[in-house]
Amino acid sequence: MKRMFGTRQLALVFVLCAWVGQAHSQMQTKLDLSTLDYQLKARELAPDVFVVEGANADFSPANGCNIINTGFIVTGAGVVVINTGPSHLYGLQLRDLIARTSKQPVVKVIHLNLHPDYFLGNQAFADVPRAATATTRAGMKREAGGYADNMYRLCGEWMKGTEPLLPSTDLAMGTERIGTHELKTLELSGHTDSDVVLIDQTRGVMFAGGLVFAQRVPTTPHAQVGAWLSSLQTLSKTAQTANLALVPSHGVVALSTQGIAMTQRYMSWLDTAFRDAAERGLEMNEVLRMPVPPEFKAWAGFDTEYTRNVANLYPRYERAVLVGTTPKQP
Amino acid sequence: MKFGLSFFQAVTGTCLFAFSLLATGLAYAQTTEGDPYGSFQWPDLKREFLGSGTVVFDERVKVQGPAFAEDPLNVPITVSADGLADVEVITVIVDRNPIRKVLEYFPLDSLPRVSFRFKLEQASPVRVAVKTRDGVWHVGGVFIDSAGGGCTAAGATLRDASWTKSLGDVSAKVFAQSVPAGGGATGSKLITGTRLRLRVMHPMDTGLVGGIPAFYVNKLSLQEASGRELMRLNAFEPISENPVFSFDFPGAPKGQLQLVGTDNNGNRILGLIDRGLIQ
Repeated sequence: MKRMFGTRQLALVFVLCAWVGQAHSQMQTKLDLSTLDYQLKARELAPDVFVVEGANADFSPANGCNIINTGFIVTGAGVVVINTGPSHLYGLQLRDLIARTSKQPVVKVIHLNLHPDYFLGNQAFADVPRAATATTRAGMKREAGGYADNMYRLCGEWMKGTEPLLPSTDLAMGTERIGTHELKTLELSGHTDSDVVLIDQTRGVMFAGGLVFAQRVPTTPHAQVGAWLSSLQTLSKTAQTANLALVPSHGVVALSTQGIAMTQRYMSWLDTAFRDAAERGLEMNEVLRMPVPPEFKAWAGFDTEYTRNVANLYPRYERAVLVGTTPKQP
Repeated sequence: MKFGLSFFQAVTGTCLFAFSLLATGLAYAQTTEGDPYGSFQWPDLKREFLGSGTVVFDERVKVQGPAFAEDPLNVPITVSADGLADVEVITVIVDRNPIRKVLEYFPLDSLPRVSFRFKLEQASPVRVAVKTRDGVWHVGGVFIDSAGGGCTAAGATLRDASWTKSLGDVSAKVFAQSVPAGGGATGSKLITGTRLRLRVMHPMDTGLVGGIPAFYVNKLSLQEASGRELMRLNAFEPISENPVFSFDFPGAPKGQLQLVGTDNNGNRILGLIDRGLIQ
């Protein structure tokens, strides 16, 4: 009888386990699970424009499932909040952070798309208007229950007290002056069916939402690759005409717009590589194991997110290649 | 964002599993009959699905899957037993699915390789048992972590009723594919063979969702125009909705290929794969 695990494989398992143990303890020294304090910090990207950065990683209890970059703008006529985070506790701590940063009241919440960490902190903002596009509102209504269940499963304690509270009003597109800030909203699509980009034109900061992933592999459960690529082209043009800082919802916040080009490179590669694989008749397991450019493998979330990209998107490329063979009935 | 298990959780799970396996190594070995996955169900599975013949764990049975099931309704599995000669049947069994048998594949004049997707209810070893003509079962496998719910959720086409319009439709294509020369003994060089990929439109209802009886493709067979049968496959409830399969062949099939099959309600499946689809 052949043995499946040799000594060498067992040694590898031990090394891997030791490494995971270490990685876990490193993360836990950052966040204390007994106090459930996200340790949110407001970074002033431009005068009165703040970003609250999450971990550039995957959801896990060790990072409190805080992997989103939220933000707020102190306009002079109240504070505008961009996304409310993954949980009720996050929402409360974000509201507290805003109160410590500015004496102005919160006047509005804007959701950039339907995904869970864009709105599960909403209970802490129940007293202010919460705006999202009609498509996003419908999507949140449809998916809220499933999101909450999945986040409780992934994040445990951090989610306690979280109940989805939906947006309260439609988000208008165009330019709006609030206080001393001119805020422009743009509805695009591709990461989801409705991806809002918010630009503070007064300060030159772009909140790019789910369309841009900087040094992080994009998530694709609702993605339409073609639409996503054309949205990125629009963003790239917009960015060229203004000197912008860029806040992606996930990944590294930067004083440049290179995140747009990164996401463009990844999505174009994925589109070409998956089409080519389907035309060569590759199976999903072969696509999971095919060579990936080193740039992308070095980004956060590669091991899990690429597996998800394949599961989410490859079947569409396969279907496009297969040809009908069943004779039509008379 | 929709998320499956994190990498850490997956690895940690594997580690806990590996440690517990080692910690109680001897006890396990006695009660699991040497199962590399340490499953107490293995002795029963073996008796139920493989009978009383000789069973060996064999590295030549290669099974690939994803590290975790992002979409538990469509978990891709790729099997290859290239190093084994005289393969009679390839049987796929999933320990912790409510319906354990997924597929039986008879590579009559095809290679002992098959790819498919199936519905996974919870994290489980996926076993592939390959029976050679001498009666010996050669067993390989892969462990798949899952978010769960694969077998007890209704399929997409049932919700929108679109399945009635496309039931049994087959789409397919033939590709060039590297295959081992001379029937696949270990170390043989690679030559150009062919791969057939196909998709059958079918709800593949498991019967486990309340009020929806089992309704699934149960037999597929591929024949050349001469009537020569190249392969035969028995499918079971856990195969994914609108199943996609890949089969590899040592040479180029001759003329038009005919895929015939049935479902458990007696509906006929027919696909005519003509030369235009053969590259």
